[in-house]
Amino acid sequence: MHPVRKQRLYLVLFVVLFSSAAVGLVTYALRGNINLFFPPVDVAAGKAPSGQSIRVGGMVVEGSVQRSDSSLDVHFELTDYEASVPVVYSGILPDLFGEGQGAVASGVLDASGVLQATEVLAKHDENYMPPEVADALENSGYDHKGNAK
Amino acid sequence: MWSFFHKLGSPPWLYAISGSILRWLLPATLLALAVGLAWGLLFTGPEARQGNSYRIIYIHVPAAVVALAGYYVMAIAGAVNLIWKMKMADVAMKSAAPIGAALTFIALVTGAIWGKPTWGTWWVWDARITSMLILLFLYLGVLALYEAFDNKAAAGKACAVLSLVGMVNIPIIYKSVDWWYSLHQPASIKFIGQSTIDSSMLHPLLLMIAAFYALFTCCLLLNMRAELLQREARTNWVKKLAVAADSRG
Repeated sequence: MHPVRKQRLYLVLFVVLFSSAAVGLVTYALRGNINLFFPPVDVAAGKAPSGQSIRVGGMVVEGSVQRSDSSLDVHFELTDYEASVPVVYSGILPDLFGEGQGAVASGVLDASGVLQATEVLAKHDENYMPPEVADALENSGYDHKGNAK
Repeated sequence: MWSFFHKLGSPPWLYAISGSILRWLLPATLLALAVGLAWGLLFTGPEARQGNSYRIIYIHVPAAVVALAGYYVMAIAGAVNLIWKMKMADVAMKSAAPIGAALTFIALVTGAIWGKPTWGTWWVWDARITSMLILLFLYLGVLALYEAFDNKAAAGKACAVLSLVGMVNIPIIYKSVDWWYSLHQPASIKFIGQSTIDSSMLHPLLLMIAAFYALFTCCLLLNMRAELLQREARTNWVKKLAVAADSRG
């Protein structure tokens, strides 16, 4: 390879490597802020600020959803299987919201550790299957990974 | 191998070879798109939880995948232009930018349309969506920067450097859903291990991804041919082409 071209090749590699390193360091330093939500275990450990709006994400605990008969109030718990956070919300939930499914709630933690949510979003996972496969899995008592429920 | 590389630098040769590639690639692409869309939209059942709204995956995922791959095409073409001063690489880089921008835009819009019924919101500032928006700005930035220069060689150099610096964004987009907590789900198609999408949905999706790669190639070649004719308008081979086309028409 011609020495001038070789030099330019090194320059290109230098630009790519150093810009990647710079961006890598910035994203590493800001990694906490890039997360969209806090997992319940961080909330339980007191890492999430109270008194300001935060998002908490996790799975909706089976059997925890309690709807009011007379209003749109709903109460449920979000868990990451290590800790759970109770959530209170008043409003219409997304269609895909359900027990045992992922959800992200944004709102303010009150003094008793309950998230007073102003918005609840459903989180879809990476599993795509036809209804008959979902029913078969439901009946077999195993989840999609072959783990017993 | 080097003779092929040198031939790539010749505009008339590139124009002729791209023409003969497009003659079969363009119909094949359109056929693959038609079959893939019909298969995905009409002949595949609904998804268990999302119902029919999941079908946007047949546009969203291929557009996003090829938008990322297209960025590498643009950045590597820019690097080849920087190192070897190859004008055809500059043409390829400039031609890839608008296609990549369009694909990124399609991925963002289809994602928003899917997000509303699925998540309950059009837009959320999570790592995947924000980094994808940065990709759109990078593509548009390259387009704008190219136009900001009167001198083509200077424009090519500046855009190549911008593309190379922006390349770091591609692995960030790809891994964003694994590195950080995001609303966007992780990838369903796995290179290692079992994909978490049912094979009845995976097969049309893979066909659509292949069709979008082919579509990108077609658009890139068509863009490059138009750019070549414009740049070489005063050369003999273009004049000959114009005269031949004129006498035919």
